[in-house]
Amino acid sequence: MSAGIEAPATAQAPPRQWQRFTPMQRLSRFAVYLAIVMALVWSVRNVQVIPEFLFDAHNQMADLLRRMWPPDVAYYPRSIHGALMETIHIATLGTILSLFLAVPVGLMAARNITPFWPLNQLANFILVGSRTVNSLVWALLFVAIFGPGALAGTIAIAFRSIGFVGKLLGEALEECDRGPIEALRAAGAPWFSILLKGYWPQVQPAFWSITLFRWDINVRESAVLGLVGAGGIGLVLDSAMNFFQWTRVAMVLISIFAVVLIAEFIVTQIRKRII
Amino acid sequence: MRATAIDDTGAVGEKAPTADGIRKGPRKGDGALVVRRLSKEYQRGVPVLKDISLDFPRRGVVAVIGPSGTGKSTLIRCINRLVEPTSGKIMLDGRDLTKLRGSALRAARREIGMIFQEYNLVERLSVIENLLCGRLGYLPVWRVWLRRFPETDIAEAFSLLDRVGLGDFATRRADALSGGQRQRVGIARAVMQNPKLLLADEPTSSLDPKTSVEIMELMRDLAAERDIPVIINIHDVALARRFATRIIGMSEGSVVYDGPPDELEETHLHQIYGAGDREGGWIG
Amino acid sequence: MTIADTRPAPGALRRRAFQPNWRQRAIWLGLAAYVVYAGSLLDITWARFVTGLSNGSRFLGRMFPPEFTRWEILLEGLVESLQIAIIASVIGILLSLPIGLLAARNLMPAIVTVPARALIAFSRSFHPIIVAIIFVKAIGFGALAGILALILASIGFIGKLFAEAIEEISLKQVEAVRATGASFFNVVIMGVLPQVLSRFIGFSTYQLDSNLRNSTMVGIVGGGGIGGTLFSAFQRFDYDFVAAILIAIIAMIMIGEVIAGWLRKSFQ
Repeated sequence: MSAGIEAPATAQAPPRQWQRFTPMQRLSRFAVYLAIVMALVWSVRNVQVIPEFLFDAHNQMADLLRRMWPPDVAYYPRSIHGALMETIHIATLGTILSLFLAVPVGLMAARNITPFWPLNQLANFILVGSRTVNSLVWALLFVAIFGPGALAGTIAIAFRSIGFVGKLLGEALEECDRGPIEALRAAGAPWFSILLKGYWPQVQPAFWSITLFRWDINVRESAVLGLVGAGGIGLVLDSAMNFFQWTRVAMVLISIFAVVLIAEFIVTQIRKRII
Repeated sequence: MRATAIDDTGAVGEKAPTADGIRKGPRKGDGALVVRRLSKEYQRGVPVLKDISLDFPRRGVVAVIGPSGTGKSTLIRCINRLVEPTSGKIMLDGRDLTKLRGSALRAARREIGMIFQEYNLVERLSVIENLLCGRLGYLPVWRVWLRRFPETDIAEAFSLLDRVGLGDFATRRADALSGGQRQRVGIARAVMQNPKLLLADEPTSSLDPKTSVEIMELMRDLAAERDIPVIINIHDVALARRFATRIIGMSEGSVVYDGPPDELEETHLHQIYGAGDREGGWIG
Repeated sequence: MTIADTRPAPGALRRRAFQPNWRQRAIWLGLAAYVVYAGSLLDITWARFVTGLSNGSRFLGRMFPPEFTRWEILLEGLVESLQIAIIASVIGILLSLPIGLLAARNLMPAIVTVPARALIAFSRSFHPIIVAIIFVKAIGFGALAGILALILASIGFIGKLFAEAIEEISLKQVEAVRATGASFFNVVIMGVLPQVLSRFIGFSTYQLDSNLRNSTMVGIVGGGGIGGTLFSAFQRFDYDFVAAILIAIIAMIMIGEVIAGWLRKSFQ
């Protein structure tokens, strides 16, 4: 970190100064702070929040929490369990499906496998597009196309995951050691064999790690898709809320929480074995 | 023990430094350290320090020697309570350090400068910021947060940097320095506290022989200039003999030698390091 | 033992190279079986898929060309989402700094870290949308619910990573600063923060970007912002307007990514 010092000419000169940032740096830091403060002030002044609601919020929260207690445990076997399983299937199937879609895109994005710039950019565009559109929006789209239900949810999860898996996979492929690849090419191996025996063994641990990571996230995301009709526990949550059955809502939330915890636990255990 | 007024240098309860940057008196007391019946057990029933009683001199260099694991480092660290003694008293100018807590403990700590084996500089800060860390015991939080250090502190930091031979390094990041240079910064940081006492825990163990000698010379000379004692924990007996005015030899948690370096004989060394045990960390 | 004893029999070598990896094959087989099983559970049949595809092409046709005539409503929604993201990010980041510090087990005693870590874990467990719904039901529709939901999400994300970063620092540097007699806050400012601040800024800018994305969605459940506009457009089958909204959202998110990256560089 550079700073400003004025060195004295002789021992009698004024004492040396020290500043943490150069004037230029201080100016730019000040400008950034100013911009942030201005953005904050503009937001607070213009956002449509009724002040009374703000001050009353903690009371309302407490009221809702009171209505949620005690959670309706009997609701679980009746409605929740089936929907919860459906959510997990949506997440898992969606992740598996996304692998099939993401692998070709990842191969296309890796510059050492596809040394053809336009294809790289096309692949990147697909990946960015998939990531930028939220999984809820994908779900809305696919509900409109395929109708409500788990099919829309699965494909939404799959499409959303392509960006994540494809990007990380592409990066892992680009970091592969070229040595074994060259050896295989020199031996005259066909392109697909090079992929299978040269790249795949190197990329394999990263591949499973990325898949596990994404599956964990997808379990969380799938729980929400039902809110727009794409199947899973979200539907149960939505209907319980619409009928103001708060103790059932509490049970649904607890179940979702439990599933997320279990999924994380599974992922940590598998990680320990494989990696 | 709260200070009364904050004068316009921003420092609490001290005089402004003289022209050569050294703050001189008045200091309450002059660093007389007395240890009485100090014991430390890291595990119950396994004492690392056994009932140690020592009177440290008010000036000069004291070297504590002995093989590894014998409690030298524990003894040093008990003095500024980086390690909590199990029992016993440590009196600095008549005040029992073992009984202090909170701001009183911090006030006591700022009077004791410490130098570490691995320098323990804040790597990401610049050299001069590391030096200014020495003043943290005297500064309010807002000054530290905004890095608005008092001018007198900055002036003293620069003059100390010159004194230790690192005048051009003020704005370099600490992790860009060599080992010997980092230790000099560490020494300067300790001296910036305007302490009554300097402690050093194996200050030369990570350095090559030539740099080790330079560091020992620097500590001895700086302490002499400020008229404060230095207590060094060291395993290199030759260095100890060369620079110390008093040697304390420890073996298995007890003091087995306490006297001037010229009276340190082979028999004493055998007692400290064990007969025929040249592997016991003893270079003599 | 002579060398001849350790050489394998002549035929055995050929069999051992490229031996089929039974464990991996079992995994692939298991996955395939699962796909079939789960597919049937979810009622995913090929017929539905094919109908869906033809629907899809019709659908895409209706989305183009995107309809921007109602751009004022569009802008209003975007602006509200932006405001939600800014407020939630600033407050969330400011809160995460002390909460992360309190959650660091190498700095604080258990009586402080346990509640702090619990708060962070709780904030992370639920999807921001679910949190948003709860707030909507509790305190009403509008931006406030969205802001509160995203503040919790920020605390959960930044707080966890920040606490982990603090737990990885070198305590030797901190010890040396403590030995100078510095007060607790001075130790944190000069001993702890220099080691973790650049990572904190990285987490914060990532969360800013994430909040911007989520702020466009909380509206779907009533938390204010463009999400509400999007949802009602879907329900009215106004697909060309939907296309316009999506394009606007993507544009805003991409600009937001650029700004977040620029902010990170100027602070780190």
